[in-house]
Order: sequence, then C-alpha cells, then structure tokens
Amino acid sequence: MNGRRTFLRGFLSVLLSGGAIGGILKILPSKADAREAPPKGQKWYGFGVSVDKCIGCARCMDACKTENNVPREPFFFRTWVERYIIRKNGATTVKAIEPNVEPSPETASDKSILRSFFVPKLCNQCASPACVQVCPVGATFQTKDGVVLVNEKTCIGCRYCIQACPYGARYLHPVTHTADKCTFCYHRISQGLLPACVEVCPTQARIFGDLNAAASPMSRFLRMNKIHVLKPGLNTEPKVYYASLDGEVR
Amino acid sequence: MNPELIRNLHDLLPQIQGYIYPNEIEIHWGLLIVVYPYITGVVAGAFILASLVKVFNVTEVQPLYRLSLLTALAYLLVAPMALVSHLGHPGRFYEILLTPNTSSAMAMFGFVYAWYLMGVLLLEIWFVHRTDMIEWAEHETGVMRFIHRTLALYSRDTGEVAVSFDHKALKVITIVGIPSAFLLHGYVGFIFGSIKANPWWSSVLIPIVFLFSAIVSGIALVILLYMILTPLTGGKISMRCVDKAVDFLFYAVIVDFSLELVDFIHRVYQSEEEIKILSEMVMSKLFASLIIIQVLLGMLVPLLLISLTKIFKKRFHLNEDLRKMVYFVAVILIQFGIFATRWNVVIGGQMFSKSFRGLTTYKMEFGGLEGLLYAIFLLALPIIILAVLTKILPPWKEMHGQPASESAEAAGS
Amino acid sequence: MGKLFEKFPDPLARLIVVFLAFLVVGVIVVAVVIPKQMMDVSAQWADAVKREEARPIKYAGFHVCAECHDKIYETKKNGYHRDLSCETCHGPAKAHTDDPDKVKPVIPAERTFCPQCHAYNPSRPRGFPQINPVAHNPLKPCASCHNPHDPKPPTTPKECSACHGAIARMKAVSHHVQLACTTCHEVPQRHKVSPWSVKPTKPQTREFCGKCHAKDGKDKMAKDAPKIDLAEHGEKYVCWQCHYPHSPEVEQ
Repeated sequence: MNGRRTFLRGFLSVLLSGGAIGGILKILPSKADAREAPPKGQKWYGFGVSVDKCIGCARCMDACKTENNVPREPFFFRTWVERYIIRKNGATTVKAIEPNVEPSPETASDKSILRSFFVPKLCNQCASPACVQVCPVGATFQTKDGVVLVNEKTCIGCRYCIQACPYGARYLHPVTHTADKCTFCYHRISQGLLPACVEVCPTQARIFGDLNAAASPMSRFLRMNKIHVLKPGLNTEPKVYYASLDGEVR
Repeated sequence: MNPELIRNLHDLLPQIQGYIYPNEIEIHWGLLIVVYPYITGVVAGAFILASLVKVFNVTEVQPLYRLSLLTALAYLLVAPMALVSHLGHPGRFYEILLTPNTSSAMAMFGFVYAWYLMGVLLLEIWFVHRTDMIEWAEHETGVMRFIHRTLALYSRDTGEVAVSFDHKALKVITIVGIPSAFLLHGYVGFIFGSIKANPWWSSVLIPIVFLFSAIVSGIALVILLYMILTPLTGGKISMRCVDKAVDFLFYAVIVDFSLELVDFIHRVYQSEEEIKILSEMVMSKLFASLIIIQVLLGMLVPLLLISLTKIFKKRFHLNEDLRKMVYFVAVILIQFGIFATRWNVVIGGQMFSKSFRGLTTYKMEFGGLEGLLYAIFLLALPIIILAVLTKILPPWKEMHGQPASESAEAAGS
Repeated sequence: MGKLFEKFPDPLARLIVVFLAFLVVGVIVVAVVIPKQMMDVSAQWADAVKREEARPIKYAGFHVCAECHDKIYETKKNGYHRDLSCETCHGPAKAHTDDPDKVKPVIPAERTFCPQCHAYNPSRPRGFPQINPVAHNPLKPCASCHNPHDPKPPTTPKECSACHGAIARMKAVSHHVQLACTTCHEVPQRHKVSPWSVKPTKPQTREFCGKCHAKDGKDKMAKDAPKIDLAEHGEKYVCWQCHYPHSPEVEQ
C-alpha cells in the first residue's frame, strides 16, 4: 500500500515537473512582489541610459560589433540607437541611426520639429525574462548575477525567444544559426571591465554597474534621476533603466 | 554566413514601412511554421470526426471513420518534420526531449505529440484493425501476410472476450482521445497565444480559435478525400453520410467564424495602443490573405453555399450531383481558407514591428528548407503516406458502405 | 505467455508486452546510452558561462592606456574630453597593449571623424558643442585648431559664457543672438567672485519683455521684433512661462 502511494506521488511529481502544469506552478507568484532580491554581496548587474546625454554618435554600436564579432550587416544588432523626431503636428518619426555614415549636416531651419532626441537600445536583461520562459531546451538562461545568456552549444535555433522578446533585442546569428543578443559584454564585466558600449560612450549616456553596490555610478544614477523602463506593462522587469525617457519611446 | 539571406534582407530594406527595430526585418517563422499548425489542425479535426462515430454514435458518418483515423495518422507523422526542418540546427532536435524547459509551451510539444501518437492514435487504429488484420492474414501470402501478422502483434484471438475488450478499449481511447486532440491543437494555439510581446497573437481566444478552425479543416479534408477516393475505388458516395458530415462542418464553420468575429470586435472596441499598426497591416499587407481568402472565400462563400443547399432543400435533394458539386467546392474553399488563417496568424504576427511603428514584408523563398517547394512537398507527403496506409489497412469496404467486418459494425452501433 | 497474462484479454496482454519492451529500451537508452552531461541543464549553463567569460577582449579599457601614455593622460584629464575613453576615438586597443610595437591603434585625422559627434544635429542635446562641417573652416583638419586631447573653443570665452556655456551656445543660434546677457540680467561684480551667494537679477514682470515686444514698445532697436498686445496676450502668465528667452520659438 505504502509502496503504491510513493509510486503514485512520484508519478504525479514527474507528471507535474514534466508537464505544462509544472511551468504554470512555477510562474504563479505567491506574493504580489514574489521576486526575491538577490542576496547582499551577490552581484546583480544593471544598466543606465541618460537619454538627455546621448548625442547619437554611434560609437557604441560600432564598438559592440567589434567587441562581440556581430556581423556588420545592418540586420543584426546587440545594441542600436534610435532617433526620434516629434513634430508640432504630432507626427513622430523614428529611425535607427547607421554607424560610420558620414553625417549629413542638418541646419536649425526645420521649425516643424517640436522635440527630438536619441535613445540607445539594448537587451533589457529582464529580471523576469520572457525569452528564458519560452526557450524549449533551456539554452537561454539567467546567470546568478542577472545577465541573460544564450548557450550556443544547445540552442536549436527555433527562434521562439526572438518572438517572445518585446524589445526586438534578439536575432538569429547568421553564422552560428543560434539566437544571439547583448550579454552586457559578459567576458569584460567578469574581469572588472565595462561593457564595450559603456567604455566608448563619450558623454556617459550609458552607465553600467552592480545594482547592489552602495556607491557606484550606477546607484548614483538611480538615486539622482527619475527612472523609467521600456514596456513596464509586460512585467518583464527590465534592468536597463532610462532617465528622461520620452513617452513616445516604445 | 549565408550570402543569399543577406541579399534577401537587403532587398527587403526599401520595402519597410515606418520604423521597425533593426533586428526585426527578418521574418523568422516562415512558410514551414504556417504548414505546421495547418497539419496538426487536420489531425485534430479528423480525429474529432472519427470520435463522432464512436462516442456520439453518429452512425451516418460511419463510412468516414477509418479514413479519418488514417488521415489523422498520415498528417501527424508529417507534423514534426515541418518543425524540425525550420530549426537553425535540425540536428539538435533531441535537446527538446533531453532538457525540456518546463515553463516553455514549445518544450511540451514532444510529450503532447508522443502521447497523442502512441497513447491515442496508434492504439485506436490498432484496436480497430486487430480482428481485420487477423482475418486478412489468413487469406494472404508473402509480405502482406507478414506485415499484417506483425502489426497484429501475432495475435490470433478473435474470441468473444478479446473482441469485446477491443470495443471497450476503443470507447475509452476515444473518450481520452477527444481532450487529447483538443490538447494537441489547443497547445499549438497556446504557443502563439502566450506570447505577451505580440498583441496579434496574445489572446486567450487563440487556442480556441485554433481548435475550431482545426475541426473545420479536418472534417472538410476528410469529406474531400472521401468524395475523391470513393469513386476511384469503385464505390458509390453515400450522400446520407456526406450530408451529415457537411452538417457538422457547417456548425463548426459558424462557431469558428463567430469566435474570430468576437476576437476581432474585442480588439477593435478595446482599441489599445497597437490597434493602429494592426489595422494598417490588415488593410495593406494582409488584405488579400485575410479579408479575401480567409474570411470571404474560406468562410462566407462556403457558408453561403452550404446554406443554399439547406434553404432550397427540395431542389438540391432532387439533384444529388448538384449537391455534390456544391459540397466539393465548399470543402476545397475551406481548405484554402484555413491555410490562409494559419498564414495570417503566423506571418501576420511577424510583419508588424513590436515598436508598433512600422511593417516589414515576407519574401517567400522558392527552393531550400524554408522555401515553397519544400512546403508543397510537406503538404503532399501526408497524401502519399495515406496511400501507403490504405494499402496496409484498406478502409474501402467501410467507405463503400459495407460493414468492413463484424467487429466494426458492432463497434459502430 | 506466462500465467500472469492469462488473466488479461489477449490484445491487452500483447500491448503490455510491447509497452514494457518500449519502457525497458527507453530506460536503457536514458540511463546508459545518453551521456549525463546532455541531460544536465545546470552543468550546460556553467559551461556556457565559462565559454562566455573566455571570449577575447578587443577594447582594453582606459586605465591601461594611462600606464604608458601618461603625458597625454595628464593633458586629457582636465580638459573637456576628460570623460572620453581613449578607445572612443582610437578604436579597440587590446591588441596594441599586447604587442605595442606591432599593432598601432588608429589616429583619426580625417575631417569626417570629429563631426560624428560635433556636427549640428537637432536631435543632439542642447548645449552640446556643434558646428556645421560645411561652413566651419572648410578643408582644414580639425586638429589644426583644436587639440583633441584638450579641445578648447578657438576664441577666448566671453565673461558669461565661460560658465554658462550651454546658455550662450543656445542663444548664439537663436533670435536673441544680438542681445548681450546684460540687456536682461544685471550682474553684480561680486557674482564673479562668489557665484552662488550673489546672483544676477532676472526680469520680474511682463512689462520688461514688453519694452521690445509690446505693441507700443518704446525701444527703437527692436522695431522688427514680434509685437503683441500686453493687455490681451497671455492673460495672467509671465512671458517665460511659455517662451524660453534664451531660445525663443518663432511662429512660421
């Protein structure tokens, strides 16, 4: 009798852990904010973007492609910079700027512009990443310091994660045929260096650091600015924080 | 690096409307992923049709019973091919079985599929054909005898206990099978419906819409096959059977249409931030495939045609050939309509930017694993498999209205 | 068939045998044939993290440059480019630090390079130094007037703009370009000594702007300035609640 009960329990738990129900049970939060803060002393990386400081020079895009061997074609980006032009009639035009293109000088004569600015974009390294949730083989995962990585040895290239990312931060690498995305330059930050884009940003529009650190450029950034994240309604809890973000930015 | 891909993407650049995130230009789920839900839909639909006979005792459609089971099997065998071929690393498909991520809807595919294939479909087909295979083997020689003997697992017991067990088992399997068929295709809908980042997909209604469109496509396809195969094998089409099946098809189309309409009205009325880009997409890039093919030709015209046969009952009942003609056109239109439905969900969901500011374009390839030729091959393959299956397990007797064997008749009643 | 199976109907017994056979084969495959590593996700993740950490670095980071180029570092440290990393302009230099003689970083000398940051672009933040590369000393290399490691505007700054550069640059391209700061602000001498405790004045009333912009304004210099009726225009608001005096907007 006892043996059969243990068997039943084991069988049920196998069913649960192997079934979609297991996934659902894992997701259901027990409290309103169920996400546990990482323990003190554990690194928990975050990223800051000062929209007001970005000059759209595209040094970051260039450095990222160099540092991470991202294909140079304009269809694969781990980070990119969008230019917003909002006109007085309410029309908004957006363009991703192209690196290393000789800037065509613009004059101040375009009086129809209401406001205009640049917005750097990159993987938001969400605390609740939708991409990790949907990966069928567990090839994309969150490290204990909060960075979402892709294991290119087990990624099967199903591209479900690309569909699930609300920010368009992922692409299929045309050489490895696996999903690829910003890693916060994991090889650099694990040696105490800054991500390449932060390293080369001439205006400190990009800030990187440990969110758990008491005093750092990152924590100062969070303390001194009004902060917003992209698409907060999707509950992905991004760890790329924007200061002075315009409502038109999506 | 694939220079053809790069060239194609460069060709797409001038066709972008508005702003899309730079990584979004490539449509990642192409024609193969359109084919995949279409095929699993046929599986689920055909099985539901078969269970009408077994569970709901709709004896009129008995001639479709075995045909629909074999159709379901033939299509089910092809379904994973479409999925595996589209992977960036088809050779790594086994990862999904070795390290399945429990929170991923897609990871469950292997298990749902295996359960449905092994636990439901093969078992049901085996129990249906067991006594027949024993009987056939007795009058055969050579290879066919060997095949039937082996498939019957060398069983020779046609005694009362064994046969009545067959019937009991069939009943249980079908009852378990209906939710399983719902699960199979509802899960395909869930793969899309659970993507919160994509408002075109993200809807609780999507799995249900998928289910009913699956039932529509499955029933329509089995009717089509029946109407083509019966005369070819020297039988006479039973209009009593077709009429009844078309009845069910009619109701299924109405439910499917209403569900899609509800979804549509809901979206337009709620009018959330993505509504502008979605309506722009529907009115431009999806106009032909959504408005014309899916809704008009795939639903409204067949509904109208079938309604006509019901409204002018007298005239149509006098003329069986005319009725056959109308049914024939209707079920073919429905096939195209459902395929367009899959297209609009899969391709449509990737044509607008998640910035809600622009549209990209899908450029279909011709050759290659993602191309048109291969998709046509995948769509034709189930028919070939079905031809082989009917050689091994011929459903003709039942389709021609003669009791295939005593057991089948007993099971049907 | 053993005695056990005689209890079952024939079809069930046969299926159970097949099922058990599958089960046994399945268990053997899982337990013996498939390597453990292939089924252990956390081990795969640990490997992936190691692989990720081992990727080669291309950008060395600004600390490294200072070790050899200490003079340039000292120059740059106090200039406007103090926050720039060396590799922002000179490109990835890890290879150079590994083998300083063989690999040399680029020295961008073309006139197209500096405008990537400094060409005028209405999307750039206000106050960021920008020029029109077509009109600005055509054909002259940037470095002939500006030292990139310690760039300075070529003219000595006027008194106010030395500190209020952002405002001065904005005003320089606005319709108020002709107005001296002192037209609107009275600046006590003490302000230059202790800028926080003694502040310049700011206009307080609508009538102040009205000296130029009122319909009946007296100032002859401003006869072309846009005119409004102070009694009707803008109701209770003071002018600078709608208009920014350092860069007043212009109706078309």
